[in-house]
Amino acid sequence: MAKNSLIKSIDWITVATYLILVIFGWFNIYAANYNPENPVFFDTSKEYSKQLIWIGLSIVIIWVIFMTDSKFYVTFSYFLYGLSVFLLFTVIFIGKEINGAKSWFEIGPVRFQPVELAKVATALTLARLMSRYGFTFNKRKNLLTIMVVWLTPVLCILLQNDTGSALVFFILILPFYREGLSGKILVFGLIAALVSVLTLIYPNAIILALIITGTFIFLAFNVNLKIIGTGITAGALGFALSLAVFYILGKEFRWDIFTITGAIFLTTHLAIKGFSKRLKVILPAMIFMWGAFSFTISSDYFVEKVLSDYQRNRVNVLLGFKDDPLGAGYNVNQSKIAIGSGGLTGKGYLQGTQTKFNFVPEQSTDFIFCTVGEEWGYFGTFGVVVLFVFLMIRIILLAEKQHSVFSRIYGYCVASIFFFHFTINIGMTIGLAPVIGIPLPFFSYGGSSLWGFTTLLFIFLKLDTNRSELIR
Amino acid sequence: MGNINRRTIVIALIFISIGISFVIKLFILQVYDPSYKFSAESNTRREIINYPARGLVYDRNGKLIVSNQADYDLMVIPRELKTMDSITFCNALEITMPELRSLFSDMKNKLRRRKISAIKPSIFYKQLSAKQYGYLQEKLYKFDGFFVQRRTLRKYEYPHAAHILGYVGEVGTQDIKRDDYYITGDYHGINGIESTYEKFLRGEKGYKYVLVDVHGREKGAFQDGKFDIPAIAGKDITLTIDIDLQKYGEQLMGNKIGAIVAIEPSSGEILTMVSSPNYNPSLLVGKKRAGNFSTLSTDSLKPLFNRPIMAWYPPGSTFKPLNGLIGLQENIIKPHSKVECHMGYTVGRFHQGCHYHYSPLDLRRSIANSCNAYYSHTFRGIIDNRKYGSVQEGFEVWKNYLVNFGFGYKLGVDFANENRGFVPNAKYYDKYYKKSWSSLTVVSLAIGQGELLTTPLQMANMTAAIGNNGFFYTPHIIRGIENDTIPSNFTTIHKTGIDEQHFAPIKDGMEMAVWSDEGTAAIARIPDLNISGKTGTAENPHGEDHSVFIAFAPKENPKIAISVYVENGGFGSRWAAPIASLMVEKYLNKDIHPTRKWTEKRMLEGDLIHGKE
Ligand SMILES: [Zn+2]
Repeated sequence: MAKNSLIKSIDWITVATYLILVIFGWFNIYAANYNPENPVFFDTSKEYSKQLIWIGLSIVIIWVIFMTDSKFYVTFSYFLYGLSVFLLFTVIFIGKEINGAKSWFEIGPVRFQPVELAKVATALTLARLMSRYGFTFNKRKNLLTIMVVWLTPVLCILLQNDTGSALVFFILILPFYREGLSGKILVFGLIAALVSVLTLIYPNAIILALIITGTFIFLAFNVNLKIIGTGITAGALGFALSLAVFYILGKEFRWDIFTITGAIFLTTHLAIKGFSKRLKVILPAMIFMWGAFSFTISSDYFVEKVLSDYQRNRVNVLLGFKDDPLGAGYNVNQSKIAIGSGGLTGKGYLQGTQTKFNFVPEQSTDFIFCTVGEEWGYFGTFGVVVLFVFLMIRIILLAEKQHSVFSRIYGYCVASIFFFHFTINIGMTIGLAPVIGIPLPFFSYGGSSLWGFTTLLFIFLKLDTNRSELIR
Repeated sequence: MGNINRRTIVIALIFISIGISFVIKLFILQVYDPSYKFSAESNTRREIINYPARGLVYDRNGKLIVSNQADYDLMVIPRELKTMDSITFCNALEITMPELRSLFSDMKNKLRRRKISAIKPSIFYKQLSAKQYGYLQEKLYKFDGFFVQRRTLRKYEYPHAAHILGYVGEVGTQDIKRDDYYITGDYHGINGIESTYEKFLRGEKGYKYVLVDVHGREKGAFQDGKFDIPAIAGKDITLTIDIDLQKYGEQLMGNKIGAIVAIEPSSGEILTMVSSPNYNPSLLVGKKRAGNFSTLSTDSLKPLFNRPIMAWYPPGSTFKPLNGLIGLQENIIKPHSKVECHMGYTVGRFHQGCHYHYSPLDLRRSIANSCNAYYSHTFRGIIDNRKYGSVQEGFEVWKNYLVNFGFGYKLGVDFANENRGFVPNAKYYDKYYKKSWSSLTVVSLAIGQGELLTTPLQMANMTAAIGNNGFFYTPHIIRGIENDTIPSNFTTIHKTGIDEQHFAPIKDGMEMAVWSDEGTAAIARIPDLNISGKTGTAENPHGEDHSVFIAFAPKENPKIAISVYVENGGFGSRWAAPIASLMVEKYLNKDIHPTRKWTEKRMLEGDLIHGKE
């Protein structure tokens, strides 16, 4: 391919978004390291200097990626996967422990986190497996292969004690869904994650869930499965909606209200169906369910009062809310203070006070978003959120344009991984997500993660240059 | 892109909904809800604590004993430190360069151990002198990160009553854990009434918020002082002590080891509580406290030990009136019952010695003469009373009278670390003698010896109960609290369980101990004042016996009950009785009668510590 046509076929809008994020990120790392009492313009020992080197090397990586033939990524995906699993496994034994996780190789001055390679390799391998002719999730063998490829790195990473990075892989359920995995499994996956958190927090929710399950089992024997399927979806929707409202408004969670809302959605749905299709069995089932609900809520109030403290404590420890030495929620609180203090327009570049002097922990890595919030205000944070959402949607829309299924699946994997990091990292700094220390793509300080995200994105952009070809 | 997959839309919607949630939450955080902005300002505003003046302390006559003096601490906020002109700084503080260096390395150490915060003020240099303060105030703008915090230190108007007053010092880590009112660097009462009445004396800290710029300089009040909280001064308290009597008692006890406790019987108010040797309370104020404290605590005479409430002594013969009362109540003796004594109490091969005196004696004269045989006889009568079935049961009856008189347990005086003394019970002897013991085995208790241990406070309280004909109020040091009432347990009456009519012969005996020709305490006679008392000599296995005296005056409706212990003072009549009588005379007559001036002089000059009398 001629060089000219390569340049023409690159999606420059995505590249521009990438550059804006990286450069804006660097300015924020500079600000986080800036000491107003000792204003040295440029200090080569500081993180921003190193980050500049990492950015420079990223450009080299991008160049190499573009110079490599797209077919290479298909052909070598299995090899890369094997290599990364091997590295993930060996790092458990010879890796260096940083912040409690044994996930770093250290060779002289160079530090490298194999999980970054694993993200790329797993995405490529899954894309290759799923793009094979005749692939469908309905074949047991296919499903099993996907599960093994998917969960092997997760297991290794969990053994490294790096839970945050392991969780990233679960977001790959989104590309699976795109490629034909049942929507119910997606909903169930989300509900399973939610319920496992629920049961730890709130015993009544288990009982209510059991009642609903019982009702469904009863219905399953009597009415057609499709109605039950849509019923579950309606219920889950009600549950999720009420939860989202509480979450965003910052109110204390009332799992019983969420469950009841879900049940109301479900009942409404079934009532309409039951009425239009003259299904007599739905009425007694609903009467049973609501009767059991009222009984549970009235009688178990005491149990809930007694158990809630302990249960809540457990879930806090589990989710990392208590994982800081200065007391529960200290980090999140400091982070919220820093972001909140930015106001609408921010304090101005380098004028932040909260994101200096370590009021906020990990201020140039996991909590870099605080600097944006404090110095650039709501304008800055709004802009960053919009840029990320734009980038992710841009990627999936580009993916949809791919002639090659391999490229499409890979694109979805890339967007999903960005999405997970974006959701957890920003969610954590504003108190909407548990404190799981994973970086914000392109923003957080660190070569390993910057190169990882850059590689992820630019392999996709390289594949995109061949969008009309079938890459095998 | 007309033909977009439905699943693509679902995924895009998931992305967008998270984005929207973030945008909403960020709007609430950054624009809608101002509370986070205020919290952030707490990092850029400086909180200045206004320390309230501690409550003043007065004596029972309204004389000011403890007040406050202004004091200035140099505070530091480590984060805000800059390079500075350390020579000017040293000159201002009147310290040398190495001293300054060690101050800084101290600060760094504390920072490293997280004892102090880098962003909050902590003390850099305690208690500037007025001169240092004046000089520093002018130059302070040159030293970023430093400011001066005003607080108050205690000022003692009299060099007396140190054990009663206690002292004030910095709170420790434990204190902060116990009470979240305190933060590092705060002061609190550590001993004496400063500790007991800390909650009243300390007041409430106030807070002032000032804005500081990036260079740590104050830029005026934060939001016009809207959030400032004024300090509330501590409450003044009035003590029951008479500071002049206290002073006199400390002078009389000069160069002697021991204790004086004087109580007003009708109220339980402690008029005087002397612990000797003592120290000037001003020694434990401010910067010099640490050094003086360690000097005092290593002194072999233990000047910090609060003897009136902490020292255990055997009561000796001063315990006889109580045994007489129990005998009367238990109907073992009558006032006219006579007991033979020929130089002691003899049963078979057992002999308890007594000094020479007329025999037989009735109850009154037995007290006046302090006859051992009389009380051995009475005590055994109580214990062996057949109606109680066993010696154990009889002993418990006797012990319970002691408990009713306030022995064996803490009285509940308003001082921490009061000692409960020791009253053995039947179980104790069962264990000690493997169950084979009789009234004769423990007969030394009859004359206040043996295992029995009491504090001077408990003895004064017993004397007050005798003076009151059978009741007492828990002895206490607090007389009044500004706009508050004293704890109710100090106004609750305690009955001793001895009927009122039994007190007359005992009091007669104590009167005779002072006034009759055969009495043991003629030295305590005060012209025109009806003082009654009882001498005692507490056995001391480590050296010369302790001189003990209890007394109350006047005989009817006594105004003062007193116990005096002089360690290694020998017979009660030698040191304790004259000192007690002088105290009583001073309190009731204000002046010492000319005929007793020589006694006063002998007492004031007597030195039992440095080996001369
Ligand atoms: Zn005798």
